[in-house]
Amino acid sequence: MIYRIRDLRLSFPDMVNKSLFGPAPRTPVLRGLSFDVPRGEVMGIVGGSGSGKSTLGRAMLRLIEPTSGSIEFDGVDITHATEATLRPLRPQFQMIFQDPMSSLNPRRNVGAIIAGPLRLQGLEGIAAHVDEALDMVGLTRLFAHRYPHELSGGQRQRVGIARAIALRPKFILADEIVSGLDVSSQAQVLNLLEDLVRDLGLTLVFISHDLSVIRRLCTRILVLHNGEIVEEAETAKLFDAPQAAYTRSLLDAIPLPDPDQFWA
Amino acid sequence: MSAYLSIRNLSVSLRGGTRILRNVSLEVSASQVHGLVGESGAGKSMIGKAVLGTLPRGLNITGGQIWLDGVDLMTLPPKQWRAKIGATAALIPQDPMTALNPSKRIGPQITRRLVDILGWTNVRADARALALLGEVQIPDPARVMRSYPHELSGGMRQRVLIASAFAAEPKLIIADEPTTALDVMVQKQILKLIAQMQAMHGTALLFVTHDLGVVSKVCDTLSVLYAGKVVEEANMRRFFMRPIHPYSRALLAATPSYKDPTGSLTPVPDAVIAQVERDIAQHDTRNSA
Repeated sequence: MIYRIRDLRLSFPDMVNKSLFGPAPRTPVLRGLSFDVPRGEVMGIVGGSGSGKSTLGRAMLRLIEPTSGSIEFDGVDITHATEATLRPLRPQFQMIFQDPMSSLNPRRNVGAIIAGPLRLQGLEGIAAHVDEALDMVGLTRLFAHRYPHELSGGQRQRVGIARAIALRPKFILADEIVSGLDVSSQAQVLNLLEDLVRDLGLTLVFISHDLSVIRRLCTRILVLHNGEIVEEAETAKLFDAPQAAYTRSLLDAIPLPDPDQFWA
Repeated sequence: MSAYLSIRNLSVSLRGGTRILRNVSLEVSASQVHGLVGESGAGKSMIGKAVLGTLPRGLNITGGQIWLDGVDLMTLPPKQWRAKIGATAALIPQDPMTALNPSKRIGPQITRRLVDILGWTNVRADARALALLGEVQIPDPARVMRSYPHELSGGMRQRVLIASAFAAEPKLIIADEPTTALDVMVQKQILKLIAQMQAMHGTALLFVTHDLGVVSKVCDTLSVLYAGKVVEEANMRRFFMRPIHPYSRALLAATPSYKDPTGSLTPVPDAVIAQVERDIAQHDTRNSA
């Protein structure tokens, strides 16, 4: 198992309803999640807005600290690990962000963006790593000198992917990375991700609200609703025989490009 | 003339001469939903903006006619254009978060147009707004009238905008990606609501979207745009059964469908793009000759 997650809980302080004195009440966002991510798996996490899927992802990468429960990455308990202990582990788990326009620094060129995490880890031969990462995502080396605003949405997302794989991680978390793209660039990015998972032997968790995309890419799916897991199943099983009522209504709500789909 | 909105050979260009829309023609009749589909930058939103007279600064209509309700808008001075649009057309915008004024209560945001443009009394406008919020299935409309936008969820805000669009009984509504910011389950409710309101009021609806799945749920007819040119105009069923233009076929092939998970996703092939661009270049030279 690359991830073992047990009874994970996370709550945020509710500042709106805070009394003038005394602590703010807590709003629970994750309500006791337990699941494993096996090595080499491509796992999808779906749910509506506010279901907690992005919060779960951020907790898994320890960008935020859970309230209780445990997260084990590759045998190491990282639930409450300090930044200093996390730093040497970070190259092993990386993230691709939702909106490439806001997750790429507009004032740095693509080469510097991809080199960022490599430099933080104090690696040697950074330029060679950057070129290699660009190759892997199908961008020519000339892109290293361009700035994010010069790129199309699909190219920007490739840069995000290149930055994540430059450190040769074991695990990548992709949070809604194709939701801002046109179908054509979406297809390109999905195909690229599939190739990378296969070629680099990655484990991938793919967060999305789009079940069509999840079905294409993922081998196993976790359905989240109100911070709880309502269903976890192999992809084929989930689509053929969804167990939870919530999963069924989620499947039912997808507008298929098919005029004969019945929409109750 | 039967079509309520009839656009003929509409061209829009940037001040420098870059063409944004190239001889676009389309018609929408009362009670009809016409989809405008294309990738980003295809110009689908610009058609709606051209009709409403809200093109961004620097973009100008350089040719063609826009017939609305039997009047060619292009022959009207700007003030009368706006008066005509205000009285007969409305917009359902994409992002309910930015379309509503965060510092004003919902009620006045719906009624202002009725009072200021159509000269209704406050009492009549308030009653109308209250009735409409009920029609778009908002629980406790009276409370929502007094609420601020941040107190409502995304779905509720989009309902408010739909109510607002239908407030003055417009004959034409332009919906510009009205569900893109919503999650699938809310999207389904909102699409059904728009379809229901449109059928009930007999409105002509121009529906801008990039999602072919959404098109197949709400549209009767559609135009596929690429680089400001309509590459295919079709009846909705015919389009999904037998898309004619290579670009339409490529667009369908790039759309994932969970019904067919093993089917490979093909990005729009470069050859198809090259062909479309060649056609457009030829078309441009023919027109300027």
